[in-house]
Amino acid sequence: MLSDPNVYVYSPYNNRPKITWPNGARVAFWVVPNIEFYELYPPPHPTRKDMARPAPDIQFYSSRDYGNRAGLWRLMEVMDRYGVRGSVSLNVAVCDHHPEIIEACLKRNWELFSHGVYNTRFQYGMSEAQHREFIEDVIATIKKHSGQSVAGWLSPALSNTEMTLDLLAEYEVLYTCDLFHDDQPQPVKVKKGKLISMPYAVEMNDIMVFHQVAARSPRHYAETIKAQFDQLYEEGAENGTVMCIPLHPFLIGQPHRIGPFAEALEYITSHDGVWVTTGREIAQHYYKYHYDDVVAAQLQSTRK
Amino acid sequence: MALPNEYLKYPIRKYGMDQDYYDWSITFRRTPVVWPNKARVALWVTPALQWYPMDLEGKPVAPPGMFNRPYPDYRNYSHRDYGLRVGVFRVMKLLDDLGIKASVPMNSAVAERYPVLVEEVNKRDWEIIGHGVHMGRMHYEGMDENLEKEFVSESIATLRRISGQPIRGWLSIGKSESSKTPDLVASQGVEYLCDWANDDLPYEFRTSKKALWSMPHTLEIDDRHLLFELKQRESDYVQQIKDQFDTLYRESEQYGGRILSIALHPWVIGHPYRIRYLAEALRYIVAHDGVWAATGADILDTFRKQQG
Repeated sequence: MLSDPNVYVYSPYNNRPKITWPNGARVAFWVVPNIEFYELYPPPHPTRKDMARPAPDIQFYSSRDYGNRAGLWRLMEVMDRYGVRGSVSLNVAVCDHHPEIIEACLKRNWELFSHGVYNTRFQYGMSEAQHREFIEDVIATIKKHSGQSVAGWLSPALSNTEMTLDLLAEYEVLYTCDLFHDDQPQPVKVKKGKLISMPYAVEMNDIMVFHQVAARSPRHYAETIKAQFDQLYEEGAENGTVMCIPLHPFLIGQPHRIGPFAEALEYITSHDGVWVTTGREIAQHYYKYHYDDVVAAQLQSTRK
Repeated sequence: MALPNEYLKYPIRKYGMDQDYYDWSITFRRTPVVWPNKARVALWVTPALQWYPMDLEGKPVAPPGMFNRPYPDYRNYSHRDYGLRVGVFRVMKLLDDLGIKASVPMNSAVAERYPVLVEEVNKRDWEIIGHGVHMGRMHYEGMDENLEKEFVSESIATLRRISGQPIRGWLSIGKSESSKTPDLVASQGVEYLCDWANDDLPYEFRTSKKALWSMPHTLEIDDRHLLFELKQRESDYVQQIKDQFDTLYRESEQYGGRILSIALHPWVIGHPYRIRYLAEALRYIVAHDGVWAATGADILDTFRKQQG
C-alpha cells in the first residue's frame, strides 16, 4: 500500500496561473445527478458491504429505486426551470433497465459520464484485464445508447484501484471526479496520455449532507450551497473556480427537499459571471487554454 | 484480493427491474387519480403503536429504536412504553381536534397487553395495520421460515380477534422483510404492503400467492427518523412536513391526486414539547382546501376503483 497516492503534485492555492472561463465568468458551475441502479441481490464483494441488512435489504433498495421512478423527474423539472444541464454520473446498466431515463437526459442535451455499471459493483480488487473489460463495457454502452464519448469518470460507489487513473487516460477519458483535493481542475499524473481531476465537492454531495456525515435538514443544505457559492464567486474574481453540486435523485428529489434546492439553484443562476455548464465543457476548455500552463508551472515549482 | 470473473457478469441487465415484485414505471407518467370531492392531497397519518420488550436482543437485525444499555434497561423500556401510556393520547386528541382519521400500525402484543388502545382506535373508526408481534420479532432474510410464518399469522390473527377489524394492511417492523414476507402476508388475506419506499402512489405488487398493492408509506417524513435518529430540531421537522406537502399539493394540479404520508411514533412525537410542533404542521396542512384525511384502506379503495 502507498502512503501518498502520488497522483498529483502539491500545488498551493496561492500564486497559481490564472484560470479564466468563457465570457469572463468567475465560476464554472456544474450539477451532477448520480443516476444509479442498485441490485436487490448484489454479488458479495470480498472487501466492502454497503447494505446493513442481509439481502434483500428492501429499505436500502426501495429508497434508491425512488430516485428513478419519482425523484429524478422532479429534479429534471427544477433544472429545466433554471437552465441547468446535468452532467450525469451514470451507472450504465440504467441504459438497459430504464432507457426512458436516457431518452429524457438526451432530450435535455445532458452529458452522460461513467459511474460504472451498477452501484453495487465495486472496482476494488479488479485485475488489469477485468478493469479493462469493465471500462470498455462502460464506454461501449454509453456510446451505443447516446452516441456520446465518455469524458468523465466517477468510480462506482467511489471504489478505486491503483490502476484506475492510468487506464482512464489510456482510454481517453478527460476527467476524473474521484479526487477531492481542489476547487480548480488539476492535472493528474498518469503513465500515458493526459487526465485532469474535476472538482466534485464531496461536502456539497447530498448523500454526505443528508445521510453519511451531517444529517442536515433540506433548508440547511440550501444554506450551505449558497455559502459555498458566495465564497467561490468571490475568489473567482481573481482566479476562476469550479462549483459542483453532486446529487442523488433518490434524496434531493424527495418532495421535502426539492423546494429548498430549487431556491439554491435560483440563487446561483441569478448571478452574472456564472458559467452554467457541464463537466465535459469545463474539461475541454481547461485542456485548450490552461492545461499546459498549469503543468509547466507545477513542474517549475517542483524543481525549485 | 482477486475478484472472481462472475463479478463482472450481469445476468439480469435487461429492460425493467432486476426482480419480479413489480413493474418499472415512472410516477409522473401515470393516469391521474381523482380523490373524493376532487381533493388534491390524501393525508395518511400512521401513528405506530409498538411494544419494546426489555429483553430485546436486536440480533441479527436490530429494530429501529434499539436499546443501548445493559439489561435491565429500565431507561429505554419505560421511555418507549411512555408512548403507549401518555404519548398516544396526546396524538389522538390532536388528530380528533383536527378531524383527522388515522391508520394505526400495531404490534399484536400491544393489542394483547393494552386492549384499551384497540377500543380507542375502534371508537374513532380508525384502521389497524398489521405490524408484527412486537419489536423483538423482526423479519429478516435467513430467519427460520416456519418461525416467520408463525409471526405473521399470530400477529394478524390476534389483531383480528381483539379488534374485529379485517386487517388489510401490513407494515413490517423497521420496514424489514425476508424474501418470504410478501407471500406470507398475502396468504393471510392482507391486501397492501407499507414497506417499499420507492413511489409516491400505490402500485401493484406481485407475490407467489395473490397480488398485493404497495402503498407509499413514508421512510423520511417520520418523527423517529428525523428527531430520534438524525436528531434534527423540531422546527426543521415541521418545515420538512410543510415543504413535503407544498410540493405534493402543487404537483397534484398537473399530475392528479397525491398522498402525503406522515409516520408517527407516540414514544417520539408524544412528548409535551414535541406534540405542539406536530400540531403546527398538521394545522398548516388542513387549512388548505382539497385535503382528504383518510385511512390507508380508504385511499387504496378509491385508487383501485379507478386504476385497479
